[in-house]
Amino acid sequence: MRIRVIENLRNFSTRFDLKRKWYRFSRSPLSTIGLVISVATVIIAFAAPFVAPYPQHAGLFTDFPHALQPPGSTYLFGTDEFGRDVLSRIIFGFRYSLMMAAVVLALVVPPGVILGLIAGYYRGTWIDTLIMRVADMFIAVPPLVLALSIAAVLTPGVFNAMMAVSLMWWPWYTRLTYNTVSAIRNEYFVQASEVMGASSSHTIFSEILPNCLGPILTKVTLDVGWVILLGSALSFVGLGAQPPTPDLGTMVAEGGQYLRQGWWLTIFPAMAITLIILAFNLLGDGIRDIFVEEAK
Amino acid sequence: MIFSLFGLSVLVFVLSRVLPGDPALMLAGPDAPKWVVDQLRIQLRLNQPLYTQYFYWLYDVFHFNLGYSTLTRQSVTLDIIQTLPASLELIGLAAVFSVTGAFALGVVAGRYSYKWPDNIVRIVSYVGISIPAFVLAIIFQLVFGLWLKWFPVQGPGTNAVDQVYHMVLPAVALCLGGMLQDARIIRAGMVENKDKDYILMETAQGLPERTITFKYLLKPSLIPAITVMGLDIAALLANAFLVETVFNWPGFSQLGIRYMLNKDLNGIVALVLVIGIIYAIANILVDIVVAYLDPRIRLMERGE
Repeated sequence: MRIRVIENLRNFSTRFDLKRKWYRFSRSPLSTIGLVISVATVIIAFAAPFVAPYPQHAGLFTDFPHALQPPGSTYLFGTDEFGRDVLSRIIFGFRYSLMMAAVVLALVVPPGVILGLIAGYYRGTWIDTLIMRVADMFIAVPPLVLALSIAAVLTPGVFNAMMAVSLMWWPWYTRLTYNTVSAIRNEYFVQASEVMGASSSHTIFSEILPNCLGPILTKVTLDVGWVILLGSALSFVGLGAQPPTPDLGTMVAEGGQYLRQGWWLTIFPAMAITLIILAFNLLGDGIRDIFVEEAK
Repeated sequence: MIFSLFGLSVLVFVLSRVLPGDPALMLAGPDAPKWVVDQLRIQLRLNQPLYTQYFYWLYDVFHFNLGYSTLTRQSVTLDIIQTLPASLELIGLAAVFSVTGAFALGVVAGRYSYKWPDNIVRIVSYVGISIPAFVLAIIFQLVFGLWLKWFPVQGPGTNAVDQVYHMVLPAVALCLGGMLQDARIIRAGMVENKDKDYILMETAQGLPERTITFKYLLKPSLIPAITVMGLDIAALLANAFLVETVFNWPGFSQLGIRYMLNKDLNGIVALVLVIGIIYAIANILVDIVVAYLDPRIRLMERGE
């Protein structure tokens, strides 16, 4: 999958003037659309049992007389080969996608950032070399390939898919944080903190970390989309969530076998994945813009 | 680069040996008597310490002996030789599409920035970057294969021309996201340089617009785009796994997915290693191209 590059690390502003940032953010229609859609998907995912027209259709459920019904007034997005409502399954699919993104990012961001901070702070020493070499090792293969391989060696399932994605995702945070720290390592405020005898943990977490938050926050938002993409790709080839879990990737894969009989089986879950990734990309771009532009 | 490949080999090896699942048991099958499994374990050197196993394994890798695949019932090296060319053809065509498309769209958007061509490219690329390649592949199959019947839905062709014809849909599905991202980077570079003084000077001197656009605007915008293309290669290699599966393309990536689904450890290890090596070579090529294009790097090395 594509990794979004965050350029111009030096241009990231470090001030957290929320009111001003919100003003800038809301000026951009694309960012606002991204925010609205992503908040909407989160709400829908949380309220899935109440929002979905047929909540029982999410799991194991069969209603063969109504199998492969085209989209209509009873079943807005049609039904699948077992007679399950596609719309309900998509709504529950949001749940799995967002849960996956939340778990993976919660597992990945703290260690990745801390390792990057340490490597950046002790730049040029053996600690730096060790951490960054190990990170390079994971980056030497495209993330999806490594995630697929790890998931394959483990037993396929939602939990192991999350483990696999987490295991190969942290180096990107280490690298990003490392580059950001490198850019500010020799600034006066860092030197001042050291000269005044502050402990290295104070310098790292209270002086350097707050100045790295802009790029990290941007990457976290953009990564929600990418983790969802990776998760659905794993499910798509059969190494992630297993049927009857209503995972969007699994749904696209299952629908692919019924392309001739029912296009709606594939197209609607496909659009759902695209929509959710698009929303978080727009949101991430918006967040990056408010940080970068203010610094100019 | 050598170091990270070495690290990668350690990583892959550890992954294949430490994680749950007994290779000997898997090779022998669940019904095999215990003495067969034990003998197999000695034969595969699984009774020896891990670092000894690693050196034996590395020795084998350097002799192109990647072990025996339980899935295809032949040596993994042979599998690679048989399937890799098909994958490289597909990825190569996708790369050609990607580069030409990115230039065309990027230059058009950069030249007519903030006008309608730019807006169209921007909206298309927002959506295009967000669509996962496998979703795009299935949609293409449905729309261009089944509904419009312009292109064949699956599989390899029978002769060279037919082969390319069969490759068009998968290649476009494979490269679209990366192509659009590159187009946006080229556009951004051109727009940034437009306001520079040297462009104003050239316009004032009356240079033809085409010369300015291609010679003075496009060239400096290429460097960041080509740097990012290194990451695009990663995307192509990774997405090939999904796209080949969708289009039933008889390449290495599709075989890789079958290795994975069958837990064929030798196959998975070889797969990660081969992809890692291809990726490393591609990145070195990107570095060389960037060094050639950027006069600062090129001239510095000549010592001028």
